[in-house]
Amino acid sequence: MLRFIVRRLLQMVGVVIVLSLLVFIWLRSLPGGTVSAMLGDRATPESTARLTKQLGLDQPLWVQYGRFVKRVLSGDFGLSTGVLPGRDALDLFLSRMPATIELSILALIIAVAAGIPLGYLAARRRASTLDNLSIVGSLVGVAVPVFFLAFVLKYIFAIQLGVLPVSGRQSTGLDATRVTGFFVLDGILTREWDASWDAFKHLILPALALSSIPFAVIFRITRASVLEVMDEDYVRTAESKGLATSTIRSRHILRNALLPVITTIGLQTGGLLVGAVLTERVFSLGGVGDALATAFTLRDYAVLQVLILAAAVTFVLVNLVVDILYAVIDPRVRTR
Amino acid sequence: MTPNPLKTQADRRKERIDDLAATAGGSPSGTVTGAGEIEESPGVSLIASAWRRLRRNPVFLVGAGITLAFVVLAIIAPWIAPHDPTQGLLLDKVRQQSNPIPGSEPGFPLGADNRGRDLLSRLLVGAQQTLIVGVGATVIGLVGGLTLGTLAGAFGGWVDSFIMRIVDVMLSIPSLLLAMSLAAVAARPSQMTVILAIAIVEIPIFARLLRGSMLAVRSSDHVLAARALGVKQSAVVFRHIIPNSLAPVIVQATIVLATAIIDAAALSFLGLGNPDDRKPEWGQMLGASQEFLGDHPHLAFYPAACIIIVALGFTLMGESLREALDPKSRR
Repeated sequence: MLRFIVRRLLQMVGVVIVLSLLVFIWLRSLPGGTVSAMLGDRATPESTARLTKQLGLDQPLWVQYGRFVKRVLSGDFGLSTGVLPGRDALDLFLSRMPATIELSILALIIAVAAGIPLGYLAARRRASTLDNLSIVGSLVGVAVPVFFLAFVLKYIFAIQLGVLPVSGRQSTGLDATRVTGFFVLDGILTREWDASWDAFKHLILPALALSSIPFAVIFRITRASVLEVMDEDYVRTAESKGLATSTIRSRHILRNALLPVITTIGLQTGGLLVGAVLTERVFSLGGVGDALATAFTLRDYAVLQVLILAAAVTFVLVNLVVDILYAVIDPRVRTR
Repeated sequence: MTPNPLKTQADRRKERIDDLAATAGGSPSGTVTGAGEIEESPGVSLIASAWRRLRRNPVFLVGAGITLAFVVLAIIAPWIAPHDPTQGLLLDKVRQQSNPIPGSEPGFPLGADNRGRDLLSRLLVGAQQTLIVGVGATVIGLVGGLTLGTLAGAFGGWVDSFIMRIVDVMLSIPSLLLAMSLAAVAARPSQMTVILAIAIVEIPIFARLLRGSMLAVRSSDHVLAARALGVKQSAVVFRHIIPNSLAPVIVQATIVLATAIIDAAALSFLGLGNPDDRKPEWGQMLGASQEFLGDHPHLAFYPAACIIIVALGFTLMGESLREALDPKSRR
């Protein structure tokens, strides 16, 4: 098991190196480049030349890449120029992260809690009304742009009905104690239940919008996987042995059918990240996705490089966790 | 299609593409001919039998109907649009009222946008640009992917390994994030840069798909026979391998048509789309409507409904094509 983890970690290092190279090349090819972005309208030929030298942009590319890696490793990404001017970019990322993690976790919980049971039921009652309806629903779910779904939810539940908050992470005027930066968790830790509930209410609509695509995917994979496992010989054997139906369902069908579903859940993290950019924007949730969208619009390169690198590393890390989880569930993976 | 558990996570994303690739060629090895399959005589080609099933599949008919209607609309839109979509005909209404969006009135059934331009005309003409974005991105992605995939599949060896390494790294980045990053590189964003950003993201998917299905077809009997008869390498690749490997690629292309339109909308929404709105496009209209959502949700609703219907049409068509072309479902 340890060898497996070590090998996967080494593979991950390779991917991260390639990704850092890609991000570096990408940053160099952005229009206007770092210097004009940092100086903005105040750029003069002298100040441009000075900053170019100061940043080492007159050095050969491989020297620049070396410096880039050094700066990245020491956590020095420079100051934000657009999202929160003057703020340290890494700092900004870290302060925005909890909102996005809260949102993604809730969205994933919704997608899993709805997708797996529905996929299982649809497979067991194949070609029933429930099955057909859920298939059509999952196809429509994929066809609806995530940010439009967020629009609609916001319009109906926040603007028209007013049952849930329109935007932000907590109601104005609420004075909550901050411990971890995760607002829902903070409320629980400090026993400020109303603060926790308030933060949770702010998450419901964005999380619902964000969960639409993972839900559709998890539903379809679960359904396909259950259908396949139900046909397996060992299920027939279990049936002919006279095992109780509930035992067959839980031990033979569900347990085996869920293996590909776990992989799929891992694969959804990339989608969640992108979806978070769109939904956080609609609800001004002030998370990483919101910052990324603003950074793109305002061409805030310092923030962009932190966020893109962090996104890539997160994606790779989550995949690693899924792999390890997979090895825990299925011992065959370890013995390779 | 349970993934091989002895694979790492990264392999499994590729595997999903490869599973689709494996549906190529239609080699029915391993399929037991059941007693009920009278319809399926050995002489019927995969395409013919697929068509026979598609013709009766309501899902395919709905999808194809929507697609056909969309294409026809895109072509005839300039003639049937009641007004010029670029003219601010109701501009005086925009300025007069505190309420900036002119509502519906005679001659302007859906009202106008924030610049006084007829909304219905913009929606109709918008079909054209939307079709261009969808088809443009798909075709460029397809051509790029086919070129890389053919090179990898036909030559094998180090060419194959080199191309596939690039493809794998590209696949490890979330697709819309990659498209956003690419769109941001454009110094002067335009319709073309949007199309390119979306297309480049699709290239590795098509490349991997084609290579996979070419590998499946390469070892099939008819290719072996052609080789044995002394047919030239190039003729074997272009006449025998590629035509038989295209089925899964076509399926994927149908689905990409839908995602391209949705992704273009997302890019516009993030301010990375085409800033020039003289030629309206649905995604652009939807992206621009966000500032008026509170008071005028219809500005978002109409283009979004168009996108959803068209994307659903492409997806339904793609899904039913996938089912029909899959040898496993031939019964």
